Amino acid sequence: MKINEYMGFELIEKIENKELSIQEIIRSYYERIDETEDNLHSFVHLTKEKALKKAKKFDDDLKRGKSVGRLYGLPIAIKDLICIKNNLTTCCSKILKGYKPPYNATVIERLIEKEGAIHIGNTNMDEFAMGSSTENSCYGPTYNPWDLARVPGGSSGGSGAAIASGQAIFALGSDTGGSIRSPATYCGVVGLKPTYGRVSRYGLVAFANSLDQIGPITRCVHDSALLLEIMAGKDPLDSTSVDIKVDNYTEEIFQSIEKKVLGIPKEFFGEGIAKDVKNSVNSAIKKLESLGATTVEISIPHLEYTVPTYYLLCMSEASSNLARFDGLRYGKMHEDLSGDVFDVFSRTRGEEFGVEVRRRIILGTYTLSAGYYDMFYIKALKVRTLIKNDFQEAFKKCDSIVCPTMPNTAFKIGEFINDPLQMYLMDVLTCPVNLAGLPSLSIPCGFDNNELPIGFQIIGDYFDEKGILNIGYKLEQELKLFRKLAPVKK
Amino acid sequence: MSEKYKDVIIGLEVHIQLTNLKTKLFCSCSNDYRGKEPNTYVCPICMGLPGSLPVANKRAFEFATRLAIALNSNINESFWFFRKNYFYPDLPKGFQISQYNKAGGRAFGDGGEITIKLNGKKKKDLQLNRIHLEEDPARLVHKGSIATSPYTLVDYNRSGVTLIEIVSEPVMNSPEEAREYLKQLKSIVQYTGISNLDFEGSCRVDANISIKGHPRSEVKNINSFREVERALKWEIQRQKNLIKRGKDLIQETRHWDDKRRITIGLRTKEFEKDYRYFPEQDLVPIDIEKTFINKVKKELPEMPKTRSKRFKKDYGLSEFDSEILVLDKDIADFYEEGVKSQKSYQSDNYKQFCNWLKGDISRWLNFNNKSIKDTKLKPKQVRDLIKFIKEGKITGKIAKSYINEMMNGTEISEILKKTGKKRIADEAKIVSIVRDVLSENQNIVEDFKKNPKALEALIGKCMQKTKGQLDPEKTREIILNLIKK
Repeated sequence: MKINEYMGFELIEKIENKELSIQEIIRSYYERIDETEDNLHSFVHLTKEKALKKAKKFDDDLKRGKSVGRLYGLPIAIKDLICIKNNLTTCCSKILKGYKPPYNATVIERLIEKEGAIHIGNTNMDEFAMGSSTENSCYGPTYNPWDLARVPGGSSGGSGAAIASGQAIFALGSDTGGSIRSPATYCGVVGLKPTYGRVSRYGLVAFANSLDQIGPITRCVHDSALLLEIMAGKDPLDSTSVDIKVDNYTEEIFQSIEKKVLGIPKEFFGEGIAKDVKNSVNSAIKKLESLGATTVEISIPHLEYTVPTYYLLCMSEASSNLARFDGLRYGKMHEDLSGDVFDVFSRTRGEEFGVEVRRRIILGTYTLSAGYYDMFYIKALKVRTLIKNDFQEAFKKCDSIVCPTMPNTAFKIGEFINDPLQMYLMDVLTCPVNLAGLPSLSIPCGFDNNELPIGFQIIGDYFDEKGILNIGYKLEQELKLFRKLAPVKK
Repeated sequence: MSEKYKDVIIGLEVHIQLTNLKTKLFCSCSNDYRGKEPNTYVCPICMGLPGSLPVANKRAFEFATRLAIALNSNINESFWFFRKNYFYPDLPKGFQISQYNKAGGRAFGDGGEITIKLNGKKKKDLQLNRIHLEEDPARLVHKGSIATSPYTLVDYNRSGVTLIEIVSEPVMNSPEEAREYLKQLKSIVQYTGISNLDFEGSCRVDANISIKGHPRSEVKNINSFREVERALKWEIQRQKNLIKRGKDLIQETRHWDDKRRITIGLRTKEFEKDYRYFPEQDLVPIDIEKTFINKVKKELPEMPKTRSKRFKKDYGLSEFDSEILVLDKDIADFYEEGVKSQKSYQSDNYKQFCNWLKGDISRWLNFNNKSIKDTKLKPKQVRDLIKFIKEGKITGKIAKSYINEMMNGTEISEILKKTGKKRIADEAKIVSIVRDVLSENQNIVEDFKKNPKALEALIGKCMQKTKGQLDPEKTREIILNLIKK
């Protein structure tokens, strides 16, 4: 088997057993990048030189019996909106061209500085994570490794494509309304959005701060469990991170799922869900039943309101979160400095933000404005509470909820780029989870008749990442899809 | 209230920096930015760098609680911080983290009052609307006046420092009332120990001013309490002049130019201000628990209002004297330290000690722009001064000339030795001096026959000749005797 075909936890064993060196592994991943990157465009910045240097240092450390951390120098790809000290972090936006943060995000401290993962590059994404296809990047789109004419999902599309094609073994994404789970689905990999507050957001450039969470994108559930185990837990730098015990996910995944009660939300199988998707998800549910789980029908009655509610809230928050990008302190300021400071700010923001970002800032500014605030923002908060309540009711009847992640499989590049509403509607099964703040795991459960991967979503109760990883792991072992690397074909 | 200010309505928004905090409101950068190289007391949080998150400084809540209790403001036991969105170069995030009392938000404390005295007599309770916490924006530096400066520099050292805003109701009717309000507020703030308002830029005032029946203007950027009265007088005059000339006033924001001492209307775009307040969800809701409030209450020192009542009772001071004495906590503390353990002290001693503090010593402090704590003055020196006068070693006049030396910490007996100045009470000596003075000033002696008040002028001449060393009573007696002869 080639290096890039192994899972992360397997590579760790091979390094521990001295079967592989860290340098061999890092080199092998960069070879794969060289081979495929022209077709995929998963990365926007690569850090090959630094990575190889660090790999050498780690190998030397190991030889001297020095520990290099639990992640043993394995290559990790970071979405371009998680701050890495003195490293380009541009949110795939022209306005942050050349920006290098002076500090590390907490997840970077934990995964890279403390546990020794090696950063190999930053992955492509929709500008400021606004989009579901990675087409809204100032660097151009990423291509789906299963079909290069299609999108990889978004906004963490670069991370999804990099993992699916074997360009990296670990990747980080961020999920505001489905931005980890959408690319996980379209690229046929595992994506985990943790409970809001489970993983520190310090150093994650905010899109919608009451919804954003950082999570792993990996080839298998075991690897996601490993990354979460390291990333999760209270961070004094993030007031919204919660001090709740972090479970030993990498051990808990092996538990039996007998007697687990799985809730099947009828609304998530309604109109607009592709037939292939429904069939594949239903047959996966059968597999779980064969492992001893039982199912019960549940209802999320307010599902139909989630997309408008989600977009109202995320745009409102985004309009404020992105106000700091005025070009004055960092990033790019417009060359034309005529007029007063407001003229320069307007010119900079008008020209350096992309069209989707401007659309959301303008709509969000509108919904927070005097006279509209109660009608839109406050009302959306109320609906958000109703959706939370729906889930809380549901979890009285079941341990976890299972359903499709995306209503479809990867669509063609350019197919919806001029129809934002259609694009927004694809978040219908993912964004309710963010509104409620729940954890959710997406794993591949099959392929449609175009040989495109289908995503299976497992939604857990608050802080029950343990439960959903456990179910995901068991299903993955039944389906045995995870070994297959995406072909990167036209 | 004088006729001049009939129909004037003033409301003040006072922003006070909590200078006694060690760190900023949402990060661990030092609060002590004054005099430091620009843009060196900063971090990703107070620079608003992408990805940074605020973490609330709990000590700031304690400080705000102290002030709320002292101002009798009702503390809200749970609230969210809100974002106040607007663009300006001094605002690195494009919003200020503040509190809001609408749209589901709550201030830190609602209501409250400050009691002032008008012309030292009539009491007036001035109602507060609310107090709330917020972060200070960066400091903008201009060359000369803001209106003519060729550039603006930004110093983010100040960005994120804790401000507490005290918003009054529009209840003041003259610049003098505003001055008294600020005087009392300053005193209360000093007692709570949350801020040193003598630091430059530690307080800034926005004033809403209107003439009844006309639109109001908001004057911003009044950067010290002293400037407020001046700015208010100017703005009231400006509005009145316009009305007199039959012009319409407009609701506008004006800028106090402390160099030119005028308010100027800043060229602003034609849109209504809309700060799009909404909850700051990077912070969790803040809970100020009852037990915490009670604990703070217990630790709070006696406030000036109560203290002046006690001074009146314990030391037999007049209401007027005790109110002046307690205004500056350091002076009041000095006073208590000075008189407390003096068993022999009687009401005249208490009064004399008070007079020295509120008279010559305060004058010296004002003139030298110092707090009593910054000097080496010890209570014993003041006690000695009083004692020496009583024992006849020096006269009051000599004592006054000691002040400068005293403030450097020199003992009274030392000063006495050094200057050689002491009271001359020897009758023969006084007689000889008076004789000389009378013969040198025949015209005044003549004058005295028509006007007995000329006696004072003669005493003055005697004092002048001896640098104030003569015993004033004996001198008076002897002059009268010699003239009558």
